[in-house]
Amino acid sequence: MNTTNLALSLIVGVLFAGGTYLLLERALLRSILGFVLLGHGANLVLIMSGGSAGKPPFADKTGAAAAADPLPQAMALTAVVITFAVTALLLALADRSVAVHGDDEVQDDIEDRLLERQQTATEEEL
Amino acid sequence: VTAATALVSAPVALPLLAAGLSLLLSPSPVLQRVLAVTVLTAVLGDAALLLVRVDTVGPQVAHVGGWHPPLGITLIADRLSALALLVAVLVVLVVLLFAVGQGIAERRAENVPSVFHPTYLVLLAGISLVFLTGDLFTMYVGFEVMLIASYVLITLGATAERVRAGMTYIVASLTASILLLTTVGLVYGVTGTVNMAQLSGAISELPPDVQRLLGLMLLASLGIKAAMVPLHWWLPDSYPNAPAPVTAVFAALLTKVGVYAIIRTQTLLFPREEPWTLLLVLAGVTMLVGVLGALVQDDLNRVLSFMLVSHIGFMLFGLAISSQAGLAGATLYLVHHITVQAALFLAAGMVERERGTASLARLRGIVVTAPLLAGLFFVSALSLGGIPPLAGFVGKLSLLQAAVDSAAPLTLTVAAVALLASLLTLAALMRVWLAAFWGLPSAPVPDDRPEDLADVATPPARLMTASATAAVLVGLAVAASAGPLSSYTQRAADDLTDQQHYRSSVLGEQVVAQP
Repeated sequence: MNTTNLALSLIVGVLFAGGTYLLLERALLRSILGFVLLGHGANLVLIMSGGSAGKPPFADKTGAAAAADPLPQAMALTAVVITFAVTALLLALADRSVAVHGDDEVQDDIEDRLLERQQTATEEEL
Repeated sequence: VTAATALVSAPVALPLLAAGLSLLLSPSPVLQRVLAVTVLTAVLGDAALLLVRVDTVGPQVAHVGGWHPPLGITLIADRLSALALLVAVLVVLVVLLFAVGQGIAERRAENVPSVFHPTYLVLLAGISLVFLTGDLFTMYVGFEVMLIASYVLITLGATAERVRAGMTYIVASLTASILLLTTVGLVYGVTGTVNMAQLSGAISELPPDVQRLLGLMLLASLGIKAAMVPLHWWLPDSYPNAPAPVTAVFAALLTKVGVYAIIRTQTLLFPREEPWTLLLVLAGVTMLVGVLGALVQDDLNRVLSFMLVSHIGFMLFGLAISSQAGLAGATLYLVHHITVQAALFLAAGMVERERGTASLARLRGIVVTAPLLAGLFFVSALSLGGIPPLAGFVGKLSLLQAAVDSAAPLTLTVAAVALLASLLTLAALMRVWLAAFWGLPSAPVPDDRPEDLADVATPPARLMTASATAAVLVGLAVAASAGPLSSYTQRAADDLTDQQHYRSSVLGEQVVAQP
């Protein structure tokens, strides 16, 4: 429907690739950075979905054809606010994790390890 | 403000306003409690009115601020969303009473004002928004509102164990949210609208490859939220660590909101005539993986969490059959599953409170010390396993009938898997029954989780028992009203397969369309 901006598309690709890589890290701080990158990527997708850049969309000054599509920008703004809030919450969580665990690594599931140990114990008995 | 606008906006607006007020009232827990219960009761009444109106008059539509699509936000209640909303608000209210009884609602850590009530109200606002929204972007916003509230609730008190569980939960949910947001962007890019009524026409004109891609991206992003195998890994790790009432409300509602969103988007945007092979396979795998996981767990909450995953498969199965009967079955199962999961997790919460542990290896003989609690668990377990005449049986029966009607080989295979999964569900729950409830009681042996020590040998407060009983009674009421309920879900399924009706309700000149 719209012509797509190649440079922006490539940037989205890089943001998603980098974001996914960081998200898979064990340290929560890196996951947060990954999430921030992914969030930027998704917001760029939203902006791009409105088509090419146009003039500011004032109802009485710009014609409908020349104006930029305001709707995706409104959506991107909403998404930016949400990602901002969640990033703040995640940073607080990472801080708390350093306080209670000593680091911000995502720990293994303890119950899984317990079940595993139980299993090994049963096998040794047999 | 028309009656429709007021009725449809109230479930979102009231809890949000009350959440702000509740934060101001945080010095006074009593006022917070009164406010939350009052608002939830009001929303419950509103949801009941909405259900009656939707069923007799037709879909209720509100264009927020008078802005019409594609610019404005559309709220719409049809039969499926009105029913889901009513059951959800009912469960939210019951669990709130349980939380008040348990005292978790007002427990403070390090002089931080109690945030339970405001967050809990925001959670309900998010859930209502997803149920009532008529556009994809607002669905994303609704999910975010709900999830942000859930991030706070799951890490309540910020103990070491909850911080650990919260990390997994938050990172998994965020990944799903980003994926959903990207999908919304792509949908807008190719169609120029996010309003679902407009999309239901616009998407069918796209090239088939693009349609398939968008459909799969929506399924994947919502599938993480619904805990569909293989996207379920985060759930059994995180849910069991939250406080009991929080786990109950999450298990009852959050995944089902995901299932609702899958049903809504797939039926409206990507209607199918034939059974959907991919989702059939995923549904079958979900049923088996969940129940097999439940068979080996030691922690009662984790058994129930795996069971929750397993039964998500049943609802997806109903959708995958792609017939009216299948959708009606999925809707019925949704109602049953919301109520039964809440009841089971509340019972588990009471077990943990009474014995100071939820480990099956340490529990014994609850049937002697707390016969009522054992009875509540037993009835809910039988219902989940699908024993007649309980609600689980009604739901499973309608799903299996739909499968037999469609008569495709793969559908019948998955139906057989569903029967096997039901049997294994019974086996897993009877294992819990024999280990924890049957036999002669042992002295309470607390495990080393600090919070549990505080709760050792505290008999459950009367309000906890009453609300857990109420949750079970709601489940029994679902079974008792199976006749009217299943004819209602038939009509809801008719609505879901009639996209033209949905479109004219939202976009037509006449805001309230004739049924």
